[in-house]
Amino acid sequence: MNLAFRDVRHNLFRFLLTCLGLGLLMTVVLAMMGIYNGLVADALNIVKAPQADLWVVEAHTQGPFAEASKIPNDTRDAVARLYGVTQAGSITYQTVEAAFEGATLRLYVIGYERGRPGGPQTITEGRGLQASHFEMVADSKTGLTPGETLMLGRNRFAVVGLVRDTMNSGGDPAVFLTLADAQVLQTQLAPPAARVQAARGGTAPGGATVAALIARLDPSVDPRSVAQTVRQWKHLSALTQAEQEDILIQSVVDKARKQIGLFLGILLTVSAVVIALIIYTMTMEKLKQIATLKLIGAPDRVIIGLIVQQSVALGAVGLTLGLGLILLVKDYFPRRVLLEPVNALALTGIILVVCVLASGLGVRAALKVDPATELGG
Amino acid sequence: MLDDSRRVIVEIKSVAKHYGEGDARVDALRNLDLKVHAGEVVALLGPSGSGKTTLLNIIGCIIDPSEGQVSLDGEMVYDNKWLRGDLRRLRLDKIGFIFQAHNLLPFLNATDNVALVLQLAGKTAAQAQARAVELLAYLEVGNRARAMPALLSGGEAQRVAIARALANSPRIILADEPTAALDSKRAGIVMDLLRKLAAEQEACIIAVTHDEKILDRFDRLFNLRDGRLEDIIGDAR
Repeated sequence: MNLAFRDVRHNLFRFLLTCLGLGLLMTVVLAMMGIYNGLVADALNIVKAPQADLWVVEAHTQGPFAEASKIPNDTRDAVARLYGVTQAGSITYQTVEAAFEGATLRLYVIGYERGRPGGPQTITEGRGLQASHFEMVADSKTGLTPGETLMLGRNRFAVVGLVRDTMNSGGDPAVFLTLADAQVLQTQLAPPAARVQAARGGTAPGGATVAALIARLDPSVDPRSVAQTVRQWKHLSALTQAEQEDILIQSVVDKARKQIGLFLGILLTVSAVVIALIIYTMTMEKLKQIATLKLIGAPDRVIIGLIVQQSVALGAVGLTLGLGLILLVKDYFPRRVLLEPVNALALTGIILVVCVLASGLGVRAALKVDPATELGG
Repeated sequence: MLDDSRRVIVEIKSVAKHYGEGDARVDALRNLDLKVHAGEVVALLGPSGSGKTTLLNIIGCIIDPSEGQVSLDGEMVYDNKWLRGDLRRLRLDKIGFIFQAHNLLPFLNATDNVALVLQLAGKTAAQAQARAVELLAYLEVGNRARAMPALLSGGEAQRVAIARALANSPRIILADEPTAALDSKRAGIVMDLLRKLAAEQEACIIAVTHDEKILDRFDRLFNLRDGRLEDIIGDAR
């Protein structure tokens, strides 16, 4: 006879309500885990998307994701001629805001050279850029769909295709333009400002610069040796793909990552305390019944089983509810919530340990119960 | 009259129980002797704090005497120390408890409350269920076998509690105010039932009671005062 199951069945509504509360707490824990993963994955996605082996950037800078980097447009030709380089392409990055259907879209604009590295890898809907101007491929998080148009700067761009999960470390969804369009967007002044600039005898700022240059290498070539060669040109620096990813994680998203990580730690601690409190309270409410069980001869293992099994059941149902809930709502979060099976497994392990430890408090209280209390004087 | 040739089920010799030491010492029981035979139904009377519950707890192997000897069903279980390691098993095998407020487990139905004790003693689920149903029918609450304790009347719940106390055919039944929650008529019925069971199972029943309406149902009445069995009223019947 399973006493834990019978007790749960007897107080089913209350048990489920407790599980729901715990489930909501687990949803928050899982959401934080997902946001943490999403933050890192999003940051890395944008670096991994071009499938680069080498990033050529402005000398003494950490590359376009960490700080401003400007290199001459024609650097690409020089790099492309280096030994081991099979493909090279210029790329620009900038964040812009655009009005769309009464709202303001914040976009991460990536300019690249068609037919060269740096463009979108997998088009999920529509097609890639084919025209030299005024076409864009957008991340689905922008809410844009193929066929729609959007004013960027002084030009209207048609959305021709969609990609997924491409955004910067701030969570702004990416749009891909041709390099030429992106450079115009970067440098083009509003008409009044352009007139003032012309009246002062100046020229349009910027000129032919890009943020970085992406190079793909022959597999037999060590990227570090090519990077070393590039660094010999004093106005340039070079980062291997691994270095670029490290910079992104260590410097760009590090604070946000630590912040979320710390919050996750606090949340797990709070969950552990809440679980312990629930289980302890559940046990305290059963002390009279536990005393009766002791008096009629139930061994300790029966009493321990009653508490531990209920505790684990509470954790398991709460976790299942939490998982179900987060899977239902994760796509409604403004930032990507990325849940891996390993997260669910890790949380299962943590909750199991917490439940067993928490039930230890209840078990301790239960084993202290004096059966004599059942025979009143 | 009592037949003293009957087997002694509970024998207590020179049992004392005190709490605290020195000036703070309180003697709950002093040098107490008691013999209860098979089939006997005895009552422990006395004012509150006289030591009735302490005596019941000692016979039930729940608290340690400070000194003396306790024999249950022919087995010496305490001789200035417990001679059995597993007192809960001893209780399971030899002692049945009936409480003032039935104390049925609220999450088990009537049958399961009785079957639990049997399963704890090692019976299979099927055997335990069959015996529980049989006992409940015998105690005339078979029609309430699937009812949860909260849905039982006071009399029904007390009968289920008696069935639980009797499930493992214990030799000793300890009852703490078994009729306190019942009206006179039901109290009489429950006491008659206990007398019948004691006779049939050759068990002894020791009950703490204040209920004067049922005193005529006991074979012997013991009056406890200041920790002493100072007045054996004798065979009340």
